[in-house]
Amino acid sequence: MKPALFDYTAPETVAEAVATLAADESARPLAGGQSLIPIMNFRLAQPGTLVDLGRVAGLDGITVTESEVRIGAMTRQRTLESHAGANAAHPLIAEVLAHVAHIAIRNRGTVGGSIAHADASAELPCLLLATGGSVCATGPEGERTVAADDLFSFHMTTTLAQTEILTEVRIPRLPPATGWAFEEYARRRGDYALAGVCALVTRGAGGVCTGARLAGCGIADRPVRLTAAEDALRGSTVCEDALMAAGEAAKGHATLPDDLQASQAYRADLLAALVRRAAVRAAERAGG
Amino acid sequence: MSTRQFGAPVQRNADPALLRGEGAFIDDIPLAGALHAAFVRSAHARARIRSIDTRAARANPDVVAVYTADDIGALDAPLPLLIPHPSITAGGKTQRPLARDEVFYAGQCIAMVVAVDRYTAEDACEAIAVDYEPLPVELDLEKAVADGAPLVHDDIPNNVAAHFIQESGDADAAFARAEHVTTVKVRLERSTAAPLECRAIAARWDRVTGELMVWDGTQAPIAVRGGLASVFGIDEDNVRVVAPNVGGGFGQKIMMFHPDEILVPLAAMELDRPVKYIEDRVENFIGASQERAQIHEITLAALKDGTVLGLRDSFLHDTGAFIPYGIAVAQVSSTSVAGPYRIPGIWVEFKAVYTPCVQVTPYRGCGRPQACFAIERAMDQLADELGIDRFELRRRNFIAPDEFPYRREGLLFADGLAVNYDSGEYAQALDRIVGEIDLPAFRAEQAEARAEGRYLGFGLGFYVEATGLGPYEGGRVKLHPITGKVYVTTGLTDQGQGHGTVFAQIVADQVGCAPADVVFVGGDTQAQPWGVATFASRAAVVSGNAIHKAALRARAQIVQAAANMLEVEQDEIELRDGGAWIRGGNRSVSLAEVATATNPLRYAFNESSKTATQFAPASRHDGPPLAEGTHPGIEESDYFSPPHATWAYGVHAAIVEFDPETCAIDIRRYVCVHDCGTIINPMIVDGQVMGGIGQGIGGAFYERCAYSEDGAPLAASFMDFLMPYATEVPDAELIHTETPSPLNPLGIKGVGEAGTIPVSQVLASALEDAFQPFGIAPVRESPLSPSMIHALLREARARPA
Amino acid sequence: MARSLPSKPIPAASSDPRREVTLTVNGETLTRSVSPRMLLSDFIRHELGLTGTHVGCEHGVCGCCTVLIDGRAGRSCLTLAVQAEGAEIRTIESVARPDGTLHPVQQAFMECHALQCGFCTPGFVMAILSYLEETPQPDLSEDAIREVLSGNLCRCTGYKNIVRAFRRAVELRDARATGGG
Repeated sequence: MKPALFDYTAPETVAEAVATLAADESARPLAGGQSLIPIMNFRLAQPGTLVDLGRVAGLDGITVTESEVRIGAMTRQRTLESHAGANAAHPLIAEVLAHVAHIAIRNRGTVGGSIAHADASAELPCLLLATGGSVCATGPEGERTVAADDLFSFHMTTTLAQTEILTEVRIPRLPPATGWAFEEYARRRGDYALAGVCALVTRGAGGVCTGARLAGCGIADRPVRLTAAEDALRGSTVCEDALMAAGEAAKGHATLPDDLQASQAYRADLLAALVRRAAVRAAERAGG
Repeated sequence: MSTRQFGAPVQRNADPALLRGEGAFIDDIPLAGALHAAFVRSAHARARIRSIDTRAARANPDVVAVYTADDIGALDAPLPLLIPHPSITAGGKTQRPLARDEVFYAGQCIAMVVAVDRYTAEDACEAIAVDYEPLPVELDLEKAVADGAPLVHDDIPNNVAAHFIQESGDADAAFARAEHVTTVKVRLERSTAAPLECRAIAARWDRVTGELMVWDGTQAPIAVRGGLASVFGIDEDNVRVVAPNVGGGFGQKIMMFHPDEILVPLAAMELDRPVKYIEDRVENFIGASQERAQIHEITLAALKDGTVLGLRDSFLHDTGAFIPYGIAVAQVSSTSVAGPYRIPGIWVEFKAVYTPCVQVTPYRGCGRPQACFAIERAMDQLADELGIDRFELRRRNFIAPDEFPYRREGLLFADGLAVNYDSGEYAQALDRIVGEIDLPAFRAEQAEARAEGRYLGFGLGFYVEATGLGPYEGGRVKLHPITGKVYVTTGLTDQGQGHGTVFAQIVADQVGCAPADVVFVGGDTQAQPWGVATFASRAAVVSGNAIHKAALRARAQIVQAAANMLEVEQDEIELRDGGAWIRGGNRSVSLAEVATATNPLRYAFNESSKTATQFAPASRHDGPPLAEGTHPGIEESDYFSPPHATWAYGVHAAIVEFDPETCAIDIRRYVCVHDCGTIINPMIVDGQVMGGIGQGIGGAFYERCAYSEDGAPLAASFMDFLMPYATEVPDAELIHTETPSPLNPLGIKGVGEAGTIPVSQVLASALEDAFQPFGIAPVRESPLSPSMIHALLREARARPA
Repeated sequence: MARSLPSKPIPAASSDPRREVTLTVNGETLTRSVSPRMLLSDFIRHELGLTGTHVGCEHGVCGCCTVLIDGRAGRSCLTLAVQAEGAEIRTIESVARPDGTLHPVQQAFMECHALQCGFCTPGFVMAILSYLEETPQPDLSEDAIREVLSGNLCRCTGYKNIVRAFRRAVELRDARATGGG
């Protein structure tokens, strides 16, 4: 279990990194390596060139603005998890991160790396989707922003080009009157979840749900918005009936076929339960 | 006499080095100029090999050698069948070191590359092109023995590797008298030991002295030495095998020869360079032995009062593509299946079945977890059907204390000796569990919880375990003349069990030193050339008693020598605090002085050795310095060969909470009562039992060596084989009772495997209890997963009440 | 057995391209030339001979290879040696005092019988060390300790005694800090 041979570069600027990627179709960026290096050790990934972003200036750091939390792509997950400002701006961040693998992995794993890796079972892409976040990417054509809803195209695949580098992750602040919750079930602590749900529930007068954003991981070929569940919650008082309806509605989003750990039927029922649990906790936190 | 060490929670001498990172595991041993091996392994379960193209690999300048079956000369032959048995069909199939013309499981070694480093060796393996013609396979045991099923070996009809029937008493008569008969069919799937240090081997050939030095992470260095000497035609004394620190074995490392154990020494000899092979995790999952898969159909014949008269068990045992370890695993299952129960009429039959998967050889528990699952699932069902409490049914059938020794005439155990239970207080063990788990209080809590929509369940499982098998082990005790330290040697090896500490305790009591002053040397064929291996929870029983006997002899020698030195009678000498003392007085000689004085010297190298030179005051001038019939120094050996296995036992109980929405299981309480005879070191016994329980919980819920229908291993990493973390294993309560074994001087029974055995049963039993509100959902499989439980409950709900 | 010497010379090392890496290991700054694909675990073990860091899975699940990278626990099998350029690495060999006196975490493991084969042990010790440096007053509840320990596999102990050792390590550390040794 040793990686195949590759060329290695450690550029100091984004421009240099992009130029290397543009010049070599087999080149891949290396961030924290906590997802890429294992699959290289299995020789499932054999990039021709690794572009180590570890020495690129300006790619890490957390800025909290009036509207959002801006996280440099190379920011370690553990750093974000324990960042008071970021978590005051959006408390779902720390709640989700506590479920990402283990401390030693989060110490090395980066926020941008996990999102760019886009594992369909990973928690951070799900968080980005639920919060309506976005990413900044730089390519040969310059910089652009991609909304989370437009980012994930398949398991381990994003809409970013091979020549683009994800430079920043943006998570909007928690909207007013909005509660949050993350629920997942994994066979073993720290594993990718059999299913996971991020929920944001906004409540108005009389406790009526005026807005809901839910996303799921581990249930489909990519992280997905649970729009059917959102619809079932919106306009309700997040009562038992609405929760049941939301759970039922979510099942349709669990499209992953049977695998080693879970049947599709189990996953769908599990997702429904997690939607109910996440929605009710989020609604409680929304007050109203 | 100093404080008795036997029975005390003595800390381990081995720990400080391991804690400082100064262990000597195989890949830690520096070997200048070592080359590294890697293997091309079959991508298919069953296939013909049309061709192997090694040209690109051989052309790599960093590759030193490439071996296929064509390149290994006389070694290209089936590896030994270690334990022949008449029930094995057609002589039994074992694998070749490297596949010739065909492969039998995915992961089988086809070629070995030796290169300057492991990275390059893996590059070269990737560059070797194997052209396969895949063949049909059948992995389902029941289908595999049916007519017309694809065959693993063309000349073995119905894939039956062995067929064996044993009977004790008159089962037919028992069934004829039965008032109630109940049948349970249970299915257990493949699992694996997954020691954290994978298998590893390094070899160095000295072309000048002709010595082959092999470091092997094995549980059986003496046997490996014998095998290597035989395969290579080298004098056994010129082969030295050392098992240094070994990072867990759990049975997987008792198996020899995995192909590398022969091919790495071959390469070292041919290339005249040290060669090492450090198995990686994927290779451990696809190429190292596995166990557990069996399907039992077990029937009990009982009276209405619950007395079990007869047992019939017919089971299929998955032996994988080969049967190198004979029928040992299945035989242990078949002779353990009657458990702690009297059951006068027993008929057991099994078929070992070839499947296109990696071979099956013992893994901690070795057939016992399967047997326990079968009998205890059946006992639970019988209790429910007869309306008898699950405790009470067991109590009514236990072999009573005054019935020991209890012989099951007609059943031969895996050591070739009759099944003969030596001692036990089974009802007392059950009473301890009953006392710990206040069942009426639990039932009340369970009812309350159900009202709140929470589901609790209680389960239990009783097991017996034949431990401490022969044939024998040796022990040697030697005083070091300069330091006075006591060296203890035995042939078997330690993979973390703490043998060295318990052996030190045994010796310390006899020679009067501190356990910290005992140096243990195990697993080195040069230090102790006689012995067998570490398996079947036998180290403390067999080596422990051998060492005890040797220590008694050493003690007598020391007392005699000290009496001479102090000029008193022997019965005036007591050994304590590292010396020999005149009883009631303050004159003494140290063990070092005794050791020195008993070894007449020509040369002095330090103060203490002067006392043993020829002109020293105590030296004789009127006869041979070493009296006729004596030997120099204090060094004594002895051997212990047990009359037959000694039977440890225990009962575990658990309270679980089940979440019907996620199908997750929370083990809220886990209690174990265990009896391994007289305890040498309670700290170590606790550690063994708790470790076993942890492994059992892994086996019950998390770990499954799953295969696709076409034989591809699906759990070839820790991402799919879910070995539990601290978050998944509960804190078990451990209770010990001590019923000495009459079979050995120390009264001890083995403990290594115990904890693992009943866990699947205990949790299945508890879950069934928790499931009650959802309808009848009998648990008949191990391991379980939330997804399986989900399916089980869907079925139960769909079933008309 | 007939011996034949290899027909071609055996290179001393592979022909992989090399790259210089400078890093600090257990307080000593050193520069080595390594293949970019060499894992930090292999670099520590085989280039530097610090074999106390063990390798159990090479895919980040078992935690045997845990070392401190810039003060925080990390998997050396999921890090390339070249990525450690400029980093400060601490391995198990740096934990006890130079005279061999065990660190409180090590001492606690010994007292509580928290190791059997000892293969996973350095990884546990480094993970706990990192956590206690990050969180000097840890939550000592059963669940909290097990959460910290999750991330390291042990096949021998069933974890019970490792949980005990975690608590004991905090006690011993506090006792030493107040002059207890």
